[in-house]
Amino acid sequence: MTLGADPLLRDGVDGTVVLIVVGKTLATFALLLLLVLFYIWFMRKVIADMQNRIGPDQAGPFGMLQTLADGIKLFFKEPSIPDGADRTVFRLAPYLAAVPAFVAFSIVPIGGEVSIAGHRTYLQLVEVPVGILVLLACSGIGLYGVMLAGWASGSKYPLLGSVRASAQMLSYEAAFSLAILGALVQAGSLSTRDIVDAQAWRGVSSIVTDWFAIPALVAFVIFLVAAIAETNHPPFDLVEAEQELVGGFNTEYTGIRFAIFYLAEFMNLITMCAIAVTLFLGGPSGPGLGFLAATHPLNTWVMPVVWFMLKLGVLLYGTVWIRASLPRLRYDQLMNLGWRWLIELAFLWVMASGVIVVAREQGWNRWVVVPAVAAGFLAVLGLLRASMPRPGEIEEWV
Amino acid sequence: MGRLSGFGVTLRQVFRPRVTEHFPAERAPTPARRHGRHVLGRYPDGMEKCIGCELCAGVCPARCIHVRGADNPPEEPVAPGERYGFVYEINYLRCIHCDLCVEACPTEAITESKLFAFAFTNRADAIYTKEELLVDDDGRARRLPWEWWSDEDEAETGAWMRATSPGGDASYEGRVLWSADLGYGHRPAEQGQRRRAAPGGETGDRPAVAGGDPDEGAAA
Repeated sequence: MTLGADPLLRDGVDGTVVLIVVGKTLATFALLLLLVLFYIWFMRKVIADMQNRIGPDQAGPFGMLQTLADGIKLFFKEPSIPDGADRTVFRLAPYLAAVPAFVAFSIVPIGGEVSIAGHRTYLQLVEVPVGILVLLACSGIGLYGVMLAGWASGSKYPLLGSVRASAQMLSYEAAFSLAILGALVQAGSLSTRDIVDAQAWRGVSSIVTDWFAIPALVAFVIFLVAAIAETNHPPFDLVEAEQELVGGFNTEYTGIRFAIFYLAEFMNLITMCAIAVTLFLGGPSGPGLGFLAATHPLNTWVMPVVWFMLKLGVLLYGTVWIRASLPRLRYDQLMNLGWRWLIELAFLWVMASGVIVVAREQGWNRWVVVPAVAAGFLAVLGLLRASMPRPGEIEEWV
Repeated sequence: MGRLSGFGVTLRQVFRPRVTEHFPAERAPTPARRHGRHVLGRYPDGMEKCIGCELCAGVCPARCIHVRGADNPPEEPVAPGERYGFVYEINYLRCIHCDLCVEACPTEAITESKLFAFAFTNRADAIYTKEELLVDDDGRARRLPWEWWSDEDEAETGAWMRATSPGGDASYEGRVLWSADLGYGHRPAEQGQRRRAAPGGETGDRPAVAGGDPDEGAAA
């Protein structure tokens, strides 16, 4: 078994390589933390904009250090554990939520291939041949953090919140995975590096033809919806519906443990947006600076990162916009959307795009394939919808 | 657009002016009827108006006023009449600034200034004692270290009382029935109000409310 597909590890491991890996780990961790700090400030500012307010503007320039101030405050708050809590699990749960959130981010390609101290390496913490599976595994383990936090609190409302969380995340895991498959079918690989390479920049037309957002449009939309539901962000934040559940699964948490949950929640969201950029928006692909040589450090180091961050920023703005605009879904609406729409659409889309990809490779006549796929798509969709219970019918059965 | 029209609503707000006031940096004008921190008044001769009757404590819905009356020392009376407020404390961690105490007070001793910017760093500071609530020798409210006064906060502190007829008599609508202003002494009663010489000496300066005074009925 290889240690990974990263060129850094192909020629054996020596001291420099270890140092580079440690440096990359620290850099990625710092980047993710900074992104969270920035995102929370950004979210508060944008929501304030959308509500005719100013938002945080006291701590640091434009209030950018507000999140840091909040974090320091939480750090010095008294931690408390309820009497009825399962103390070990209660202490463990925040880390179960935060560590997978960080690990999931490690597979995201942030930039292109660069050379550090004579070693070629990717600007990406790890390049796993089955990178996307790591993401799915991490989001699965992250669910344990939320579930165990509610269960270990020894309190009713957190328990309700965590039961909601597990049901919601299980429901959307299916649509989420199928939406990812929609991109994987196009790329033909599970490795995030291969997926990004398949979307490499070849001119402006790449946005439409090479990036998977347009060829896999339905999968893209389903991925975004399912990703927001997976991370329990509005309008799918039933897990911490304040009006119903006090504060949700983290009601009993205080101080630094609460801060870790908060951190994990936003790390998850940023990771999901980064994965969306990787899968559908070409990751770091984008035009370099034409007036410089392709090997110039600005073109190899900086520009890919700039493009990645720009795309990430657009998606993050979208999440904030959704948060400011949409009211929280009711529980049955959530389940309806997940089971009756997203899963079935994603499933059909994967099959249809699979046929199209194979047809393209085999050189089948597209004027036959496309109508046939469309007809098959609609036929199966119609059958599925006809077989579904009508509104109110389930209540009659019960 | 239907279900997605909400996105347009939120996006449109981005281009509209902000409504936020930068409070510590800029102060918006003080509303004329704001209810703020209480002040205990004195008469022109320096006597305290409070007679320790505890009506304010009785009417307080938040139970934040603690009053104990005591007999006036005969040689050095603190207030005119028999009794004076020996203890007077208001707990501002509980006060809701409803002004019912001001309405209940028979001697106009307690009024509310418009001071709202006061923040404590401990619970003891939040409980104002009589020394802190009483006006100073110049008839001005004491400015405590943790309070942030603007000059407007002291002006026309009785505005709310003047604008509302405490007797409930429609013929006095819009007229001053009694002055609850901060500081020394009284304002003279305004036209249309009768001045009545009462046995209590200076306390009798209070103008009577037409038809609403049980004493008046007893005298007749």
